Amino acid sequence: MREIDVSKITDALCEMCMSINYELSDDMKKALKEAQQKETAPLGKQILKILDENMEIAKTEKIPICQDTGMAVVFLKVGQEVHFIGGPLEDAVNEGVRKGYTEGYLRKSVVSDPLLRVNTNDNTPAVIHYEIVPGEDVEITLAPKGFGSENMSRVYMLKPADGEEGVVTAVVDAVKLAGPNACPPVVVGVGIGGTFEKAALLSKKALARPVDRASEKEHIRKLEEEILEKINQLEIGPAGLGGSVSCLGVNIETYPTHIAGLPVAVNICCHVNRHIVRTI
Amino acid sequence: MDHKITTPLTAETIQQLKTGDMVKITGIIYSARDAAHKKLIELIEAGKELPFELNGNVIYYLGPTPARDGQVIGSAGPTTSSRMDKYTPKLLELGLKGMIGKGRRSPKVIQAIVENRAVYLAAVGGAGALLSKCIKSSKVIAFDELGTEAVREMYVEDFPAIVAIDSEGNNIYKD
Repeated sequence: MREIDVSKITDALCEMCMSINYELSDDMKKALKEAQQKETAPLGKQILKILDENMEIAKTEKIPICQDTGMAVVFLKVGQEVHFIGGPLEDAVNEGVRKGYTEGYLRKSVVSDPLLRVNTNDNTPAVIHYEIVPGEDVEITLAPKGFGSENMSRVYMLKPADGEEGVVTAVVDAVKLAGPNACPPVVVGVGIGGTFEKAALLSKKALARPVDRASEKEHIRKLEEEILEKINQLEIGPAGLGGSVSCLGVNIETYPTHIAGLPVAVNICCHVNRHIVRTI
Repeated sequence: MDHKITTPLTAETIQQLKTGDMVKITGIIYSARDAAHKKLIELIEAGKELPFELNGNVIYYLGPTPARDGQVIGSAGPTTSSRMDKYTPKLLELGLKGMIGKGRRSPKVIQAIVENRAVYLAAVGGAGALLSKCIKSSKVIAFDELGTEAVREMYVEDFPAIVAIDSEGNNIYKD
């Protein structure tokens, strides 16, 4: 058994909130650089260049890349040999988010009640997903999610008979409907299988996977490539003003499902797809 | 075509702007997004005075990050405009002439833009650090309690945007 003081979780998350809002991970930086080469429309190219300049300013001056610094989504993979000390784990997570968003001059975008809508003024609570795994480590993944693109995400409950073709149509439709509103070029996380809520969770996890890491399952990898190609044929383009690069990557995660169902969740993220991992 | 324009917008300026044109805006603009729009409409319905003059003015759909010491404002890019669609026709009817945001507008908003000879401008979403450099002054003038959603009066210099819907209703976004 390993004892871990929850203050370590707080400290890690505080730092993670700040750094990922000033500088994207290497996979996203690479994807955006490549997009500049691939884009054929002059206006699209110009917009990608502006985004590149924006990223440079954000990094050097520690100004958030985007003013929507997101709602903090935290995935915690907790080794079952771990014993937490020093207080409740959930409080420690929220304290890390609170400190990161306050000390890092990040936007406080969370309201305490979805209908009464009073800002909590510290960007808490986070949305936390726990997973218990073998071992004695704690892996923290933080994915602060902006809502321009979150609002354009959706879940489809397809029929088994819809098959692969149905999945492709559903995902491409969702991205088409999102159009310029989701700040393209987008990254698309897709969850296929499980139940209604499992599919949604898988789609969020898919977005947190590096955009240059394809699925290990061959039929899924092919599906990722096919959907990416079809989305780019929509010619939504950077900022939705037309162009050849509408999507930087499609990541699919799957799970076994029921004989009667084929749930498909499409979680869309803008080009500021933030994900960062730390292991304690 | 490229235009350097100043606020408040005159009928003459608006008439020159065609969908797809690039503009650089200099002058005072006002930030307002979801919660502030709701409050502005409530004030109008109650017959009360608004915190700023609508006539000829421009609203920027913005909720910035906090400024560090020595900064005017934090990251300051546009938010999705369609969430303001419910409120926009009324503001246009009362004299608002320009909006800066990103993404599609509803048919009702497009109709109101044409009827009131206004213009909808798109700024690059997700370029908040870069756009913040064009904002030279910023002060909260209403609804301070809304935090990032408060109404700010901002002076901008050469703020870049693209004409997304012009006063004749031509739309840059394809369906």
